[in-house]
Order: sequence, then C-alpha cells, then structure tokens
Amino acid sequence: MTTLRAESLSYTTPQGRTLLSDITLHAADGETVALVGPNGSGKTTLLRCVYAALRPTGGRVLLDGADLHALPVKARARRIATVPQDADAGGIELTVREIVAMGRSPHHRFWEADTAADDTLVREALARVGIADLAARPFPSLSGGERQRALVARALVQQPDVVVLDEPTNHLDIRYQLEILSLVRELGTVNLLALHDLNLAAYYCDRICVLAGGRIVAAGPPADVLTAELLREVYAVNAEVGVHPVTGAPTVVYLPPARVTATS
Amino acid sequence: MTPRRRYPLVLGVLATVLVAAAGAGLALGSVRIPAGDVLGIVTGSAEPGPYRTIVLDVRLPRVVLGAVTGAGLAVIGTVLQALVRNPLADPFLLGVSSGASAGAVAVIVLGVGAGVATTVALPAAAFAGALAALVLVYGLARRGGSMTGGRLVLAGVAVSYVLSALTSLILVTSAGAEHVQEVLHWTLGGLGGARWDMLALPTTALTLGTLVLIALARPLDLLLVGEEGATVLGLDTGRFRAGVFVLASLLTGILVAYSGAIGFVGLMVPHAARMAVGAAHRTLLPVAALGGAAFLVLADLAARTVAAPQDIPVGVLTALTGGPFFLWMLRGRRAGAEGSPA
Repeated sequence: MTTLRAESLSYTTPQGRTLLSDITLHAADGETVALVGPNGSGKTTLLRCVYAALRPTGGRVLLDGADLHALPVKARARRIATVPQDADAGGIELTVREIVAMGRSPHHRFWEADTAADDTLVREALARVGIADLAARPFPSLSGGERQRALVARALVQQPDVVVLDEPTNHLDIRYQLEILSLVRELGTVNLLALHDLNLAAYYCDRICVLAGGRIVAAGPPADVLTAELLREVYAVNAEVGVHPVTGAPTVVYLPPARVTATS
Repeated sequence: MTPRRRYPLVLGVLATVLVAAAGAGLALGSVRIPAGDVLGIVTGSAEPGPYRTIVLDVRLPRVVLGAVTGAGLAVIGTVLQALVRNPLADPFLLGVSSGASAGAVAVIVLGVGAGVATTVALPAAAFAGALAALVLVYGLARRGGSMTGGRLVLAGVAVSYVLSALTSLILVTSAGAEHVQEVLHWTLGGLGGARWDMLALPTTALTLGTLVLIALARPLDLLLVGEEGATVLGLDTGRFRAGVFVLASLLTGILVAYSGAIGFVGLMVPHAARMAVGAAHRTLLPVAALGGAAFLVLADLAARTVAAPQDIPVGVLTALTGGPFFLWMLRGRRAGAEGSPA
C-alpha cells in the first residue's frame, strides 16, 4: 500500500518568486489525482517537487510517511516514474527501444547489462502503448505523440508505485488520449497528473485539485469541484457544467465570452 | 541491418583496418621496407640489421603511441559529448587538450623534477591543466542555467586559444629559438618522439580508462536524456558527472603529456562510430576506440610521408580533415537541436 502526501508544500525561486504556497494533497494506491488550473498556476512546479527535480523551500513530500527528498536518488527512481511534458533527446540520437529500456536503470547496478526479462518488459510496454513498430527508430525522429507514448512505456517498465505525468495527453490524438489515461488508471499505482482537459480529468480522475496562483483553491471529487462558478473564478470563462448521461461524470461545455448565461 | 547486429561486423572491419594501418606504418617512411621483411622482424624471425632497428625501435613505438592516443582521444570525445549532450564536443575544441599542454609545458619550463620525477610530474600537471580547462569551459557555458551548443563551443574555443597562446608564450620566452619545434609539438601534437619507455603509462591509462567507461555505459546513456531525465531514472548526476570529468581529464592529461594536443580525432571518430553502431555507449565506446586508433595511425603515416623527409605535426593533418568536418556537422544540425532542455 502506497500513500503519497504533500504537506504544506511551498516553493520560492532563488530570485524570490513564489510559485507554490501551502499545498497539501494526498493520494493512495489506485487513486488518480488531477491537477488542473490555468497556465502558470504551478502545476508543473508542484509535479517537479513531487518527483524531486525541485527541492521545495517549505513543507515536505512524504512517500509512505518517509521524506521523499531524503531517499537516495536510485531508491526514489524505483518508486516514482515520471512522464515529462516535452521530452528532448539532446543532439545525440538513441533509439526508441533504448530510451524505453532506460526505465530499467533504477533496478540495476550501473555496470549491469539488461537481461532477457528486461527486454521482454520493454517489448510488452512498447506494444501496450501501440508503438512496437517504432522500436528501432531514433527517438528524436518521432512525432510528439509517439514520443509521449514512448515515455509512458518507459514509466511502465520502471514498475513504480507512483506515476507523475505532466500533460500526458498534450500531443496525442483523441484515441491515444483515452488509451493512455485508461492505461494509467489500470496500473493500480498512485497517479498524479497535470491535465488541461477538464472533461478528461472529470472522467478519469478520482479527485481534482484546482490550482490558481500557486495555491490549491478547490479539491475533491470531480462532481464537487467542477462548477460553473469555480470555472468563472479560476479560468475567467463562462461554462455550463452538466452530468453526462452515459459516463455519469461531470461535463464542461464552454460558452463564448459574449453569451453570458445564468444556468449552472 | 540494425546497429546492434552491425556491431561485431564493424569491430571486425576496424580491427582489420588497424592492423593494416599499423603494417603500413611499419613499412613506409623515409626508408621503404618490404612487407616480407617487416613481417619477419615483427615475428622475430629476421636477422638483426638496420631494418630491424628502424622497425622495432623507431616505427613500432610510434605506431603504438599513435594507436593508443587515437583510441584515447576518440573515447574521451565520446564521453565529453555525452557529458555536455552535444556532438560538437572534442577534447581539443573544449580546451581540455590545450589545458593539458599548458600544464605540461609549465612543468618542463619550471623544471619541476628531473628524470624519474618528470615522468610523474608531467602527466600530473597535464591532468591538472586539463581538469581546470574543462571545469572552466563547462562553468562558462552553463552560466545562467541551461547550456546551448553554441555557447559551449565558443567558450571551448576561446579557452583553447588562450591556453595554446599561453603554452607558446611560456616556451618562447623560457629559452632560445630551438623551442619553436617544441611549441609545434605541444600546440599541434606529434608522435615523432615516441620511444618504448614512454608507452607504459598511456597504454595502461587507456586500457583501464576505457574499461571503466564501458562499465559506466548505462549512466553515460542516461546523461543523454538530460539532467532531470537522468535523475528521475535514478542517476545522481552531480556526482557522476564530477567523476567522469576527473576521469576524462586524467586520460587527456596522460595522453597529451606524450603526444601534445592533437585535435578533432575526438570529434570525427565518435560521430562516425555513432552512425555505424548507434549512440548506446556499451557498443559505441569499443568502436570509437578501435576507429580512433586506426585513424590516428593512418594520419600519422600521412604526416611523415606526404612531405618526406619533413615530419608534419600530425595535428596539422587531423585539423585539415577535422575542421571541414566540424563545419559540415554545424551545417547539418537541425535548428533548435542545440542540446538545450525543452
């Protein structure tokens, strides 16, 4: 049983800009928690604190009660996998298979080669995200969506307890948006993801945390959080929120700025 | 054929080329020795004679030093390219070799130790110079957070020039005009002075260094996905990078202490090796080492035959091929692929 907790987390840049203040959230096994909010609201900063690319300037991130930032780098990598928003392979080209196989790194001593079992995991993960045929291609030659799926495959072979995803559906076709989010849900891991699409968040996530100006302004089950009033306040948009007849999840329909409506 | 399948084939071809190049290096020169005689001398079946002295005491140590230096520079280039995530890195272009030269020359001129002490002091000073230059260039290129390829190469070339100039200055002002030859050796590199008794240290360093780096293939691969990417995959990037900095500088220092600053081998060979077998270091490093050895043995053969009896510093030839190669790489790079984090 894994639990992830952020306790009154804050982050101020060395230049003195406060990007996060007093963030508290928690998630347990099998739970998928979405971070939503306008651009610059602190979603990526929060995720980077959670996967320890940033050291918070206040508060703690606890994994099963232990301070995440006190864990050795490698032990942490065995437990938390990250799917970054934009992957960049630098000027040097590894193949898709090699990039995905890197997910096995935290499970090996640095001088050990991958085993046949590792190769199988990599093959299965590539098939699961639908890019088995791209395995031998140079990673930088892939489209944005294909890269994103390769990075999800890398997170799969990492066999983590927590998966942190930053806009995992960004470059994806609708079909793969749905497939990737379904896949992430099936893992049974603690999933924390930043999402732009409120309808996807409402359907796929157990809870939604709404960030604005580096603070959590609302948190809870999608039906409680997603209200026309909140959307107006946080995003400055008019929207109609209903319940979808098929999925039963809240659905958001945005209304053009001119046509203000009173319905909710 | 996938790069991974191509690996044994590439190794075989390169080993053959290296042996052929070494053979040619023993046979050709100011005196041309028939292949049959060379074979006899190397296998030990030939009678003692003048040919024997030329092959065993003059040409063979030079060929071995060339192979060791070429292999080492290619391995260092490969590793530096991973460290800075940029295929334009090279020990010479990043000022590391020039730093080593400056360190070595400082020791020679200051006369720190004579005899036995020099064999330790010279490589040690070259190592210190190499490390200082590498840290300086890396620091300059990274200033303000992210590092772009352009900034790295500019910083490297500037530091390289300053250190080369410093080397020349020290040598020219220290004593008489006979130092011109030495200036050429230290700033352009040359294998002309090779003797048997100077091969032990570079050969040992190359062998150990390359084996260690091949063992580090996995973390070296991780560096290619950037600092944050490598960290979330379990690599302590700060410590690892510092360790590899020291190792690469040590190897550069030891090689440069014997051969001077030979440029562009560490740029061209890793690039070609990557095209042949891909970027994964476990297969890339052995291919780069063999390729670098063969390349420098051939370049040195050309250096002492094209204008015979003039012995051109081998660095002149590697620069003549490497410079255009660098420009070609610069031109072929996609816009925005500068190794900056996205």
